[in-house]
Amino acid sequence: MANNSEPGSDGPGGAARIGFGLFWIYVILYFGFIALVLFRPDILSSRPFGGVNLAIASGLGLIAAAILLSVVYMVACRVVESPGGERR
Amino acid sequence: MLYESSPVAITIFASFVLAVVGLSFWLGRKGQSAKGYYAAHGEIHWFINGIAFAGDYLSAASFLGICGMIAFHGFDGFLYSIGFLAGWIVALFVIAEPIKSLGKFTFADALDAKYNSRGIKLSVAISTLVVSIFYLIPQMVGAGDLIVPLLGLPHAVGVILVGIAVTLIVVTAGMVSTTWVQFIKGSLLVFFCGVLTSMILARGLTVNTGSLEPQTRTVTPDGRVLVDGEPQTRDHDLRPVGTLAALPERYGDATTTGPLGPLEYLSVLEDSRIVTWSGKKSTDASGTHTVYTPTERAGTDLLKPGGYFKGLTTGKLADKLDFASLMLALFCGTASLPHILIRYYTVKDAAAARKSTVVGIAAIGAFYVLTLFLGLGAMTSGALDPTSTNMAAPLLAKSFNETLFAVISAIAFTTVLGTVSGLIMAGSGAVAHDLVENVLGIPMDDAGKVRCGKIAAVGLGIVAMALGILFRSFNVSFLVGWAFNIAASANLPALVMLLFWPRTTKEGIISAVTVGMLASLTWILLSADTFEKVYGLSRDASPVPFSQPGLVTIPLGFIVLIVVSLLTKAQPQGKPA
Repeated sequence: MANNSEPGSDGPGGAARIGFGLFWIYVILYFGFIALVLFRPDILSSRPFGGVNLAIASGLGLIAAAILLSVVYMVACRVVESPGGERR
Repeated sequence: MLYESSPVAITIFASFVLAVVGLSFWLGRKGQSAKGYYAAHGEIHWFINGIAFAGDYLSAASFLGICGMIAFHGFDGFLYSIGFLAGWIVALFVIAEPIKSLGKFTFADALDAKYNSRGIKLSVAISTLVVSIFYLIPQMVGAGDLIVPLLGLPHAVGVILVGIAVTLIVVTAGMVSTTWVQFIKGSLLVFFCGVLTSMILARGLTVNTGSLEPQTRTVTPDGRVLVDGEPQTRDHDLRPVGTLAALPERYGDATTTGPLGPLEYLSVLEDSRIVTWSGKKSTDASGTHTVYTPTERAGTDLLKPGGYFKGLTTGKLADKLDFASLMLALFCGTASLPHILIRYYTVKDAAAARKSTVVGIAAIGAFYVLTLFLGLGAMTSGALDPTSTNMAAPLLAKSFNETLFAVISAIAFTTVLGTVSGLIMAGSGAVAHDLVENVLGIPMDDAGKVRCGKIAAVGLGIVAMALGILFRSFNVSFLVGWAFNIAASANLPALVMLLFWPRTTKEGIISAVTVGMLASLTWILLSADTFEKVYGLSRDASPVPFSQPGLVTIPLGFIVLIVVSLLTKAQPQGKPA
């Protein structure tokens, strides 16, 4: 279907708020990483985990965080919308 | 380097392409309504759509470009991965829900849903076309780069092959087939990269310095190619590069590590010494010379930022701003890409759209982790072509075996097919639906709309082929960066403000889209990279301080929208939201 103008059951309020919050969490992570790259690259060269340096670990962490946050979002939205019923 | 075409490679390759095109013809029999053509009947299952997202998104830049950048420059290629993926967060958390309930067939409809304005339709259709074209160029260039070593044919042939295959696919079945093409492509890509990664880990790391003599490639004024002064032949050619000079001390005299786990692989690399190669061009009376010289570096230096973005280590402010600007553009660009947004309309409802985006993010994220290993594996494979970063991933596969090389090349080619299909869809939608029907006001029945879309698709296919041949010497990731900058500058401010600021007026949107697009486009055409690589002028002649406009033009779009909206009358809402 292409033209969905049904109001309400989409729960834009709840979903949008969750989305907003999770978005800002990721903004902090992403731009925090960029700030480190720009201003404290020495920290990124350190190897606190003994094997892999913080630069690589952060990169992998950001990828994992993106996946994790999107799953959290999907689950949270489903919870918020369930009383209204899913359209099938 | 010169390559032999292998019958195995060609057979596998041709089978792939024919299978994909054949599938498209078969699916094309399923009805040709405008809704079906553009929005795939709204029936695509969310999991299929999610993997198709990945297939759509993982273009030549992701697969070939990033691997190649990591292989030659280390960590900085990974920065592109991080930026590209992060953009999905913007797409999912900020744009996804509202767009679905606003839109009809195209991105322009989404932006225009409240105002029913021809001005909006026109400016957005143009911006969609411009962005699609900029994104098409690196794909076509990448296609040409794949064909040369695989089939031993000229670059232009690869470009034309892609153009024809894609136009056929799009014209016969439109969105349905592009969704399936991209689903197939997405699954294959992730699967075979997984296979290749496990082979890399199983092989471990091996010391293999190879010769450290510099190599020179010369193109004489009459077009002959020389290597180290002698004509280039298969027996006298550039040597493959990319090697590990020394393992960490803890390995003692051992020259190979044996199988390694993924984190082990990374930490061993960091403690090793690696030989990377780079080229320097100069021109004199006898021709254009590129001298390739090796540098031995510590793994820790390669696996941190600064290998490609030199400004991160030199401390120059302009370079740091350039890097920040690129990362901003990547972050904002994903949600602004017209060919991505279209895919939201192919599922039943908002919940399905969410699920499919999650699937997409997971697949793309997994893929980018794999490309990190592919790039590092290529870096130490001893099989890189010093003249081409784009070939790193396929050549890595070739260092394992010929069949895998053929399969990966065919998949990469299908990668381009998938992305180009999506782009031509977005572009033909902009032309047929937005420009012809809405702006020019030419009424069309269902069949007419579909026909118009197909004609537009053919036209776009031809334009794409021409540009792919013209821009053949460009770095594909660089071109994609351009596309992201323009998309983010033109589309994101309008989209975000429309969704979150009720005081937005239609003049505000038109101005923001127009100014954002023109400003970023102008900046790019005036940048040092363009001066050097396109116009052949000196970098210092460029009037702009750094290459990536995003840091300036994205906020500019927002400011223009706000100012113009405040200056124009607020309108009552034309339609219920």
